[in-house]
Amino acid sequence: MTCDEARILLHALLDNELDAGHAREVEAHIASCPACAAELAAQREMQRMLADADLRYAAPASLRSRIEASLPQPQRQQPTRRSVLRGFAMGSAVSALAATGIVAVVLRQDDQQRILSEVVSAHLRSLQAGHLTDVVSTDQHTVKPWFNGKLDVAPPVIDLTAQGFTLVGGRLDYIDARAIGAVVYRRRQHVINLFVSQTASTEHRQPKTQTMQGFNCRRWGNRGLNFWAVSDLGADELAEFVDKFEAAMKANVEG
Amino acid sequence: MPATDDGQKAQRFREAALPYLDDVYTLARYLLRDASDAEDAVQECYLRALKHFDSYRGPAMKPWLFAILRNVCNAEYARRAHRPSAIEDTPGADEQTPLWQETEASPETEVLRSRDAGAIRKLIDALAEPFKETFVLREINNLSYREIAEAVGAPVGTVMSRLARARAMLRAAWRAEEEQAK
Ligand SMILES: [Zn+2]
Repeated sequence: MTCDEARILLHALLDNELDAGHAREVEAHIASCPACAAELAAQREMQRMLADADLRYAAPASLRSRIEASLPQPQRQQPTRRSVLRGFAMGSAVSALAATGIVAVVLRQDDQQRILSEVVSAHLRSLQAGHLTDVVSTDQHTVKPWFNGKLDVAPPVIDLTAQGFTLVGGRLDYIDARAIGAVVYRRRQHVINLFVSQTASTEHRQPKTQTMQGFNCRRWGNRGLNFWAVSDLGADELAEFVDKFEAAMKANVEG
Repeated sequence: MPATDDGQKAQRFREAALPYLDDVYTLARYLLRDASDAEDAVQECYLRALKHFDSYRGPAMKPWLFAILRNVCNAEYARRAHRPSAIEDTPGADEQTPLWQETEASPETEVLRSRDAGAIRKLIDALAEPFKETFVLREINNLSYREIAEAVGAPVGTVMSRLARARAMLRAAWRAEEEQAK
């Protein structure tokens, strides 16, 4: 282990985040490296002083009442068992299904469903500040080469600005434990992530829209690639995006 | 949805989310550095959380609330700065100079003087993002690395290097103040 590695990992050691094997490795380095040992001691000392000081803030009572007041009030009378169950069942789709006794079927997600859920999570992650794009450009000739060397197969990057979908940039993401390219578009305030992965199958799969957590995901396959377009755009506009994209792809290939 | 179900949903939400009010408020105070902005942000965070409570499946409640608060704070930063970025990852910020250069020159038996909470809070307030956020989530809100990763939407490895940098920066600032006081 190098000192550089130890200087990061000793924090995980302090925080009890290392598994036994890594903890032993860091401890072995510390035992043989006075500089890193001093660093660990200094960090431990600072952590102790931080723990001694009360650095938390208490929410003012007025804030608590403001929030309380903004919540819908519960019923006055004791709820009946039936209404409790009903309230529970309405809490989430999963508990509603649990109530009907088919939860096992629902929880065992098939591959497509699992990947859809990962795609939607990746879309959600990308919407956090600073996570949308690794390369920012409205120029397809900048975005496309950026992917080269980062992925086995660079995703097709097509400028659809004239068709009403602005190219924003690209990003590397992870779906199904694999690196995958995401090409990012915008229509008005809506972000569209187009995830592209390689597939062994070259057959054409018709676009199909599914909805998850309020996002539309349109998925299709063509020319040995799988595509997922995810957005909070309406299903019709997302379908329009996919049509425009496919038409432009076709024109590129034939032209 | 009938009012009774709304009431019961609110009750479940109360039980699940209100116990973390101090945690959420603490993070808001550090992120926004202003008591009244923090109050507004926390209220907005709870309103949004209630709205999405039906679809909430995890992660744990605390990181989930923090992730929502973070989005609210980003909007607040944008409002303040009139620009759409906030807890941005400064390009290359995670890979600045190696961590240990700054301590190399200092004596091995460095001892920091104990400071009161007010003084330490000021030092923390002055940390740059995204390091401050990671530091507060770990050291003050007691989140695990994995929970921090969930709350900020970054890989665990990034969380670890940010935390190492945050602590190094804090210690350097702490020591610099002592030098000045001499
Ligand atoms: Zn070392």
